[in-house]
Parts: sequence; structure tokens; C-alpha cells
Amino acid sequence: MSELEYWKQQIKKGRIGRREFMGRAAVLGVTTAMATTMLSKMGVAAEPKKGGSLKLGIGAGATTDSLDPGTYPDNCTGLLGGSTGNQLAMIDATGAIVPDLAESFEPSDDAKSWVFKIRKGVTFHNGKTVTSTDVLETYRHHMGEESKSAAKSVLDPIADIKADGPETVIFTLKSGSADFPYITSDYHLPIMPAKDGGGVDWESGIRTGAFVLDNFEPGVSFKMTRNPNYHGEVWVDDCEVTTIADVTARSNALTTGEVHYIDRCDLKTLGMLQQNPDLAVLEVTGYGHYVLPMFVDTPPFDNVDVRTALKYAINREDILQKLFLGHGTPGNDNPIAPTVKYAFDPQPKFTYDPEKAKFHLKKAGLDTLKVDLSTADAAFAGAVDAAILYQEHAKAAGIEINVIREPDDSYWNDVWLKKPWVASYWNGRPTCDWMFSTAYAAEAAWNDTHWKNPRFNELLLAARSETDDKKRGEMYTEMQQLLHDDGGLIVMMFNNYVSAHSNLLAHGPVAANLEVDGMKLAQRWWFA
Amino acid sequence: MNAIVRTILQRLGLGVVTLFVVSMIISLAMAMLPSDFAQSILGQAATPDTVKAFREEIGLDRSPVIRYVDWVGGIVTGDFGMSFAGAGSLSGNRRPVIDLIQPRLMNTLFLASMTAIVAVPLALVLGMLAALYRNSLFDRTVNVVTLTAVSSPEFFLAYVLMVFFVSQWHIFPSLAKVDANTAFFERVYRCALPSLTLLLIIVAQMMRMTRAAIINLLSSPYIEMARLKGIAPRQIIFRHALPNAWAPIANVIALNLAYLVVGVVIVEAVFVYPGIGKLMVDSVQRKDLPVVQGCALIFAATYILLNLAADIVSIVTNPRLLHPR
Repeated sequence: MSELEYWKQQIKKGRIGRREFMGRAAVLGVTTAMATTMLSKMGVAAEPKKGGSLKLGIGAGATTDSLDPGTYPDNCTGLLGGSTGNQLAMIDATGAIVPDLAESFEPSDDAKSWVFKIRKGVTFHNGKTVTSTDVLETYRHHMGEESKSAAKSVLDPIADIKADGPETVIFTLKSGSADFPYITSDYHLPIMPAKDGGGVDWESGIRTGAFVLDNFEPGVSFKMTRNPNYHGEVWVDDCEVTTIADVTARSNALTTGEVHYIDRCDLKTLGMLQQNPDLAVLEVTGYGHYVLPMFVDTPPFDNVDVRTALKYAINREDILQKLFLGHGTPGNDNPIAPTVKYAFDPQPKFTYDPEKAKFHLKKAGLDTLKVDLSTADAAFAGAVDAAILYQEHAKAAGIEINVIREPDDSYWNDVWLKKPWVASYWNGRPTCDWMFSTAYAAEAAWNDTHWKNPRFNELLLAARSETDDKKRGEMYTEMQQLLHDDGGLIVMMFNNYVSAHSNLLAHGPVAANLEVDGMKLAQRWWFA
Repeated sequence: MNAIVRTILQRLGLGVVTLFVVSMIISLAMAMLPSDFAQSILGQAATPDTVKAFREEIGLDRSPVIRYVDWVGGIVTGDFGMSFAGAGSLSGNRRPVIDLIQPRLMNTLFLASMTAIVAVPLALVLGMLAALYRNSLFDRTVNVVTLTAVSSPEFFLAYVLMVFFVSQWHIFPSLAKVDANTAFFERVYRCALPSLTLLLIIVAQMMRMTRAAIINLLSSPYIEMARLKGIAPRQIIFRHALPNAWAPIANVIALNLAYLVVGVVIVEAVFVYPGIGKLMVDSVQRKDLPVVQGCALIFAATYILLNLAADIVSIVTNPRLLHPR
């Protein structure tokens, strides 16, 4: 494809900004006027402007949702939280961590202590100024003994929090971590107003965010209006988010103009959406990936050659093309997404090679192998089909996979973390340390491969507090190679977030850390 | 009139017993499902201590028998209990089940009434006409159309209607988004498509039953007498056959009306209409026990009351049952 086409694609995918596009187009001989026309044709508006009433159709949301951020389970509540509230820091479109509610954050004492300064003059929706007490109480809400918050384990590294005056909060960690600010951007952690007498007020929905929550009907919809005193940028006047669980109803709502944006498009009918001249399809490669973790302490998976054989016996490209229609990137058994800092592609790349698989089996002293794979669509849409395809691929290597379809309902209680080989997914994390600590550290609660590699764990601790960039990079490279060679997980693919929107909407570069533009679409997008 | 009153009281008594049995069966079925509310809410984020804390808060750590007895005790005094939803925070924001069910039930009843008001008279008229002009082209056409409608899956009908009325002709909106504040006519406008879908589904049954009941009676001797007397066919059907056909027709109507309240989950999902069917399905998925039990009770009560109404109509229209000797 021509170079101009390439840059057009890049800006369409949100990977480069307007300025860069114009610059590159100019080099290729395209005048500024023509470049601007090209941009507006593609829905990348000239400048953001205020106004408009945004309507979003999201495929998640249940009647059991609540305003307590500790319970935010999916995109609907995540979007509500991201639009009405702010965390101390946030991840921008390039994957870097930038201050949000905090004005700045500084490490000290070898990254074991972090000082966050709260932005001056920020108020909650009810006018009250944000102070360090609010931050303290918010974090305590999630960290308390009795807390049932999903963020409790994320905040495990924190040993102590204290305020140093009304505008400063000091976090003391159990061990040094150069990536700590990333943790404060977790979508479960918007800052809430403290109540007199302790605790936080999460019921009212009053936060510091770009929008003020007007109405919330769990599982149905929520409405919000622009916060006139917001400390950042927000363009639309108000926004209504409707939960539309059925994917066809969602697509219909978009094509008939009932909503301006939908998430999670149906891949099979994506072509039709793309042909519609009023719509644009947006595809973002995030950190999310689909995995097949094996218990490395259970035979036959305890033999590294058996694991390697299985890694060679799966045709990831085939699964990606047939089931996901190419919307993703094949994995290489490394859970770190290519866009994360320090990501590295370990060699040899595990592509489909039945001969190598047979070779490794022989090394393990086996001629054939019979294994069970438990799967359900609850793991990820298409998990059962993927397992069946894998079964076919593996036959050529003499491996017989018995696909067991488990019930969706109890998948996360009875199957994942319980059976030796299952299908699962990860939303991914923005830093190596976070992803490794969540699932691959020896004592991690969610270590679904039971992998306890001493060198890996040693490097994990060392890299966490290492402030020299180059040294850190080398450590993480070694860790990713270790995980690739010795680990028990098969990373099938990194899945793309496929969403669609009307051409009335325009946006800048789109974040890749979470769906719906990092859960902040409502304040980042505008009407062209 | 004594017979009617006695029957009603008897039936109501039996109805209460049925409600008990239904609630026991539902509770048993829910208890047999793997996983529970705490785990389903936390999903991948469930760790042993958060799950335990959750369970203690909503009382899931007690035995199912105790929980059931507690719940029944509450129901008898009109307290449907607290939904599990909203649990999982230090201060607890669980809403009473009534608060959850009531707006959704109102929505469903609105849609059901809107459909019934049009569907029942339409079905009766079509049935009578079909009986009048039986075996004619009109009769056959009506039969084919209604049978096609009732044999197609609901979501298929819903999408076909959407294609025409929404995408091609732009008459109706595709989302039936209503809430407590929607004005009446706006509500009617938004519910038109779901209503039309449901209408297509239920008209067939009622119409065919009407037609069958009337045609059945047409072979009776008194109808032959009426014909010999020279009464017009229309009068024969309307004044002589129909009054005797009310019993089976009323039963079919009752069944369909009950379906309108209880069984429209799919239409609700396609049009994103906030009704009680979707609430029940969501709550079963999340294992929100009090809400499921509350919905089940309401559904059972609906069936019982509607069946009772059908039986009363049968009695009232049958002088032999009305004045037993």
C-alpha cells in the first residue's frame, strides 16, 4: 500500500495525532488543505468543539451493578466510573502514566515511598474541595480488613498511607516499586468524598469527574451532564449510556441512529458495518489476551517438553483468521502486550510446527499424548470453537486433546484455577510488573499455572525497584524469555477491541489500556 | 351466586398452596446451581476472603432451609426482602426487592395491556369471521398468516419487523427505551414495535381457538334449528354460537395474557425494553436469590389469577354451572 495510505490507516486507528499526519502528508506532497479534507472525510475533526448530546450503547451492565467502585465488574460501570470520577493518575493514549487528580507524583527512598500532590482548586460535584483526607478514605475503603473490593489485592503492595497536609498524600510500599503510579490508575480507584466520622460516600455518585451523574438505573442506563468546573477537558454537553446486551440490537441501535457509539461489535457482520458510509469502525489493540494456562505441577504438564510440544501444536494464525476474522495478533506465549514498555518478543517464535511438537514429545519420552482441555464461552467468546480447532491442529502432532465443555455459569469458581488445563482471558496490565505480579509471581492469588520459577521471582523483586531504565529492560527481557520457554501458559492471541461509531463523532488518538477509550470516551470524544 | 363465590374461595386457597410449592421448587433449583451470588459478582476478582465477607453480609452462610423459612416468614407479612445487589460494600446499599421489581413490573404490565387491548378483540373478530366464512380464501389466508407468525421464533419476527419499520420505512425507533418519566404517548410510540411483535405471536392461538370452538358448536341441533328458522349466518354465530363458546376461548385468552406478562424476555432483550422478564433472567444469572424468588412468586400469582378469571368466565357463561341444582 502507498505510504499515504499507510499514514491514513495509522490516523484512523488512532495511533498518530492530527499534527503528525499533516506533517507526514506534507512530506509526501499533499497540501495542508487537502490533508485537512482527508482528515474530515475520515472523521478526524479539525479541532474539538463543545456541544452535543452523546448516546452510547454498551454491551455490559446488569441490575446488580452498584455505585461502589470496589464492585465495578465491566465496561458499563467502568465507563460510569471513568466519566464521573478521576483517579490519582491515568494512562494516556500512548500508554504512559500521567497525573490526573494528582498534580504530580515523586518517588523517594528507592521507590519505596511515593509523594502525591493533589491538584489545587479541584472540587467535587457538590463544591467541596478535594483534600488528602478524601484520598486516604477512598483507599482505606478498598484496603480495609472487611473490604470486599475487587481492588483489594491490587493495593496489596501498600504498607501505609498518610496525609502530609491537605494537599499531599504519602504512600509507603512494602517494597520499592517504580511502577506504583500505574496502580493508582486502576479503574476501581476514583477518589470519593470522605464522610464526617470516617468512610466514604460512594452511594451518591458525587465525584470529581468530567460528568455529574444525573440518573442511574442499573442494568438499563445512566445519564450524566457535563461538569462545568472540571479541571480537564470535556466537550459534549451530556451523555446517556444504555445497556444493550444483545449484539444485534446494539448494531441496530447504531445503524438507526439511536446511539452514536457501540462497543464490542459482532465480528461476523463487521463487514456490513464497514460498508455503511455513515459509520466508522475503530479497532484498537489493547493489552487483553486469551490464554490456555496449564498447571505446571500436574502431570503431564510438569514436563517442560510436553508443554513445549503443546505450544508448537497450536496454529494460532488459523484460529485468529477463522474465528476472530483477523482481529487480533497471534500470541507467542508472552502475556506482555507489544505496546507495553519493555515488551519483548521471545525467540524461537512458537508457530504451528507439528514436527517440532513430535520432537519435544519424544524428548519427554512419549509417542503420543492424551490430555483434557476444559473450556466454555464464559472464558472468552469463541473459546469452545478455538479448543475444537486446536484439537484438529494437534492431531498432526500425535496429540489427542479431549475438549470438555464446561458450564458458563460457574466457570470462574469451578474450572479456572481448579482444573489442570483451561481456557481463560486477561484484560492485560499496562506494566510488566503488574501483569507478572498478578499471575506469574510464585504466591500470586491468580497464578493459574502454579508456576514458581526462582529466577523469575528473584528478577521480579529486583526489577520492581530498579530505577535504571536499561537494567530494568534487561531484567524484563530475561523474565519474558523465561516465561516463554518454561511457563505453563499458551497465549493464543491478543484480541482487538472492535467498536463502531457514527461519523458525527470525532476523536483523537485512542487509548489502548481499556475498552471504550480507556473508559474515558465520554470526555475525550466530540461531535465533529 | 353461591357457587361462584365458593369456587373463587376454593381456588384462591389452592392458589396459595400452589404459590408455596412454586417458591419451594424455585429455591431448591437455585440452591442446586453451582456458584452463588458472591462468586458471580466478583467473577475473576473473587478471592477466598472477599467471597467469605460477601457471603456473611448477605446471609448466604446459613443453611438453605433456614433461609427459605425466613423468607417465607417475610413474604407473609408483605416483606419481599432485600436484593443481594448492592451488597459488597462496607455500608451496604441493597435495595428492597419491591423497589427493583415494581418499575419493571409496571413496564411489563403496560406493554402487556397495550398488546392485549388490540390483540384480544382482533383475535375474536378474526376468529368469528374465519368461522363465518370457513374454508373460503379469507379463512385459509388468515390461518396461513397467523400460523406462520406463531411458528417463527420471536426474535426472528422482531428483527423482521425492525428491518421494515425501522431501517427501511423509519417509522418507529429501534430501542424501546422508557423510564419512569416518559410521557404516555411517547411510551406508546416506543412500545409500538415490541407490541406489534407480541401481537403477531398471540393472535394466532386465540383466533384459531375461537374459530375451532365456534365451528364445533355449529354442528349442534339448536344451530340447525336456527338455520331452519332462517336466521342470518352472522346472527347465528354471534348470538347463538359464541355465547356457548366462551369457556374454551376464555381459557386460551388467559393463557396468552399470562404469557404476555411472563414470557416476553426475548422481545425485551431485542428491543432493550426494561421489563420484568429480563430482570428475572439477569437475577438468575447473578444468583440474586430474593429477586428470583420474588419474580417467581409474581409469575405464579399471575397464572393463578388469570386461570381463575378464565374459570369464572366459564361458569358465568354456562347457566348449568351458574345455577346448579
